[in-house]
Amino acid sequence: MSASTSRRDFLRGGLAFGAGLVVGFHWSRGHLAASTGAGLGPMVPSSHAIGDAFAPNAFVRIGSDDIVRVVSKHIEFGQGTYTGLATILAEELDADWTTIRVESSASDTARYANLAFGQMGTGGSTAIPNSWMQFRQAGATARALLVAAAADAWDVSASEISVSQGVVSHAASGRSARFGELADRAGQLEPPTDVAVKDPSEFTLIGTDTARRVDIPAKSDGTAIFTADIQLPGMTTALLARPPRFGATVASFDATDTRKVPGVVDVVEVPRGVAVVAESFWAAKKGRDALRVTWNERAAEWRGSDDIAREYRALAQHRGMKVARHGDPETAIDGATQVLEAEFEFPFLAHAPMEPLDAVAHLREDGADLWAGSQLQTLDQTVAAAAFGLPPEKVAVHTMLAGGSFGRRATPDGDVASEAASIAKALADQGKRNPVKVMWTREDDVRGGRYRPMYIHRLRAGLDASGGIVGWQHRIVGQSVQRGTPFEAFLVRNGIDNTSVEGAGNLAYAPKISGFDVDLVTTQTGIPVLWWRSVGHTHTAYTTEVFFDELARAAGRDPVEMRLAMLDEAHARHRAVLELAADKAGWGTDPPAGRARGVALHESFGSFIAQIAEVSLGDDGMPRVHKVVCAVDCGIAINPDNIRAQIEGGIGYGLGAALFDEVVIESGRVVTSNFHDYRSLRIHEMPAVEVHIVASGEAPTGIGEPGVPPIAPAVANAHAALTGTVVRRLPFSRSLQGA
Amino acid sequence: MQYELRVNGETHSVEAEPDTPLLWVLREELGLSGTKFGCGIAQCGACTVHLADRPVRSCVLPVEYVGEKEIRTIEGLEGPVADAVRDAWVETQVAQCGYCQSGQVMSAIALLEQIPTPSDDDIDRAMNGNICRCATYPRIRRAIHAAAEGVKS
Repeated sequence: MSASTSRRDFLRGGLAFGAGLVVGFHWSRGHLAASTGAGLGPMVPSSHAIGDAFAPNAFVRIGSDDIVRVVSKHIEFGQGTYTGLATILAEELDADWTTIRVESSASDTARYANLAFGQMGTGGSTAIPNSWMQFRQAGATARALLVAAAADAWDVSASEISVSQGVVSHAASGRSARFGELADRAGQLEPPTDVAVKDPSEFTLIGTDTARRVDIPAKSDGTAIFTADIQLPGMTTALLARPPRFGATVASFDATDTRKVPGVVDVVEVPRGVAVVAESFWAAKKGRDALRVTWNERAAEWRGSDDIAREYRALAQHRGMKVARHGDPETAIDGATQVLEAEFEFPFLAHAPMEPLDAVAHLREDGADLWAGSQLQTLDQTVAAAAFGLPPEKVAVHTMLAGGSFGRRATPDGDVASEAASIAKALADQGKRNPVKVMWTREDDVRGGRYRPMYIHRLRAGLDASGGIVGWQHRIVGQSVQRGTPFEAFLVRNGIDNTSVEGAGNLAYAPKISGFDVDLVTTQTGIPVLWWRSVGHTHTAYTTEVFFDELARAAGRDPVEMRLAMLDEAHARHRAVLELAADKAGWGTDPPAGRARGVALHESFGSFIAQIAEVSLGDDGMPRVHKVVCAVDCGIAINPDNIRAQIEGGIGYGLGAALFDEVVIESGRVVTSNFHDYRSLRIHEMPAVEVHIVASGEAPTGIGEPGVPPIAPAVANAHAALTGTVVRRLPFSRSLQGA
Repeated sequence: MQYELRVNGETHSVEAEPDTPLLWVLREELGLSGTKFGCGIAQCGACTVHLADRPVRSCVLPVEYVGEKEIRTIEGLEGPVADAVRDAWVETQVAQCGYCQSGQVMSAIALLEQIPTPSDDDIDRAMNGNICRCATYPRIRRAIHAAAEGVKS
């Protein structure tokens, strides 16, 4: 079972949680594409003249003005999905790329579900894979109708008609028409149910850099509209006082001083805390600072991160649940020439997207609106509806452009949607039905939980006399990101949450190791956790690839040669990216003086990536990463330049976290608070990145996450080659600087 | 308190508490939402605007200290350097989530107005106060070099 399959299964399982609550809601045709036009502003209906549009399916609208509007069912939060989906559809439509516009879909689960989840949502690098055939067929269907309309108009055979760059032509008669000229007539025809899509050899747009990102112009001149930017008549701003320890609840509060702050209009208690509602952010912030809340902390989590780590280290001494096993690793290791053991420790990590969490809720007399960077729209709709006291079909979720997420905007409890809706409801109960915007400060974000869980890994392996790995034991200790959520029943199978072990249980080298065992100790704490860009791979890639290099050094073997030797024929795509990266990085030649190279290879979300980092040692004792050469196989490369961008970004995101980041908790209180103590990689720390894409005819797989896992182990391996020191406790700063 | 602010070449009269950071006056009073909130402690640069042609973090600048100095935001950019930077940002396909990019663009313009042909070290010094969680840094660097060329040509 592949890691991504399991995660999709889990999310599909989530449908059962929401299904009974979300069916039966359909927008009128006029509203279908007239949802929030992200980038156009929330109040601008994005589809003018929709009645005239040719709308053969849920995903494409063509107006008499030749503009082709592609409806995205996935949020755009930086990963390039708007452009990717439009590229797929425009390819099959043979549209002129300059006429393409993209808008966000309405919250309509029946039409816009992620086919991998069974409900609306974006995650697990599934946006392109699940939409691949759907958007191809949507484009091909629209094209077939335009061709049929032209054949009808010109009284010629459809088979003699060609389409290119938004123009339909009949060569024999010399007739041609633009899409817009055929839109009305095409709109009268019944869509065919079975249309052929192109053979990939016929692609003219996919695989080129013609399809530039549709969202970049507005993001380069300040006109892109995010949730934070929404301004509605009468709108107030709310900041929420949340518990200082996870699991605490409000006992009582004194808002006397808060109400004296000019601009504060209300203080209301809601399930997640006490909300200070004001005419401006600053008034809400000062009002919240002045608020005195007494918390009931009896049921709260009082342990600190060091306490939890100590407990995990003790738990790591005892066998957990079986994840994967073949052969007899115990006997194999007992008979080995050399035996190596290592323990690794990973901290809690915050996602810290640039735009802190926010949402706008408006509870009207006849329904409600929620504007948010919603990553799980069906779930957020369900959660908000419950808080509003409405049936879900009365809640319209407007998916906004979001300033990053990295997993943070996909929460099983719909946290910010719940907050916004519950505050709007509390105000409406007082007769105030104006819209309210909930904003999180950076401190709220870093201290607000939903972290990448802390993990401890123990590995033990044996080498035979020829330097081959004969036995491998790998124990993982940590929280499940979904235990205790509504998804647990669907996610956790035989006691195993696959997102805790993905990349370890299905280790690529395992078929060549005679005795192999992976087990999992799933822990429980009061610290709320969540998937973080690349999820389980964030820690499994590190431990497996760093430990592999330790074995290579012990065996006196070259790390690339040994990896290739340990990959069987079934892992040809692993081998290909590793060989390509090694070739392009000049593996085997001497690096510049004072530098060493390190390699890591990892598959995640169906994509295969090898990275080779070139590293020196800085004056501060920390690795300085100069250059990363990356080879990637993500199937058919839809937007090559966006693949390069996502790899660059994944490397920067993963490197910053590995070098610097740790959410420190003391006696249950999160000490870390903002970018001064939760460091982000900065421009002078960013390596040069060289991306090589493997040509492939395989179906496209994700690219938003797979660039992240290999960077930390590649740097650790280079650092170990340079210094002899293996960093087994992340972040590097904690191991190398004691910080 | 009533303040007269010079923003993007126009004078605006705004009512605000003296300690209100300029960021929130720009965003909420003047509707200039291109300037973003990221940290509130001058660590991330998402709120960067120009005050008398110098880049400042508007999230920590109380409105009472602005005085008569000219404020320039992403919405008020004009001139050959601004045009070159915006063109280079699109041409280089810099943005991912895009939330930090107003601040990046403001810092880049301030740099190019000071140093028309910056070195990589100049770029590091001028830009390392602007965080991009998407890590678009390699493209920011390329776009600044491209913009420098663009202004000259």
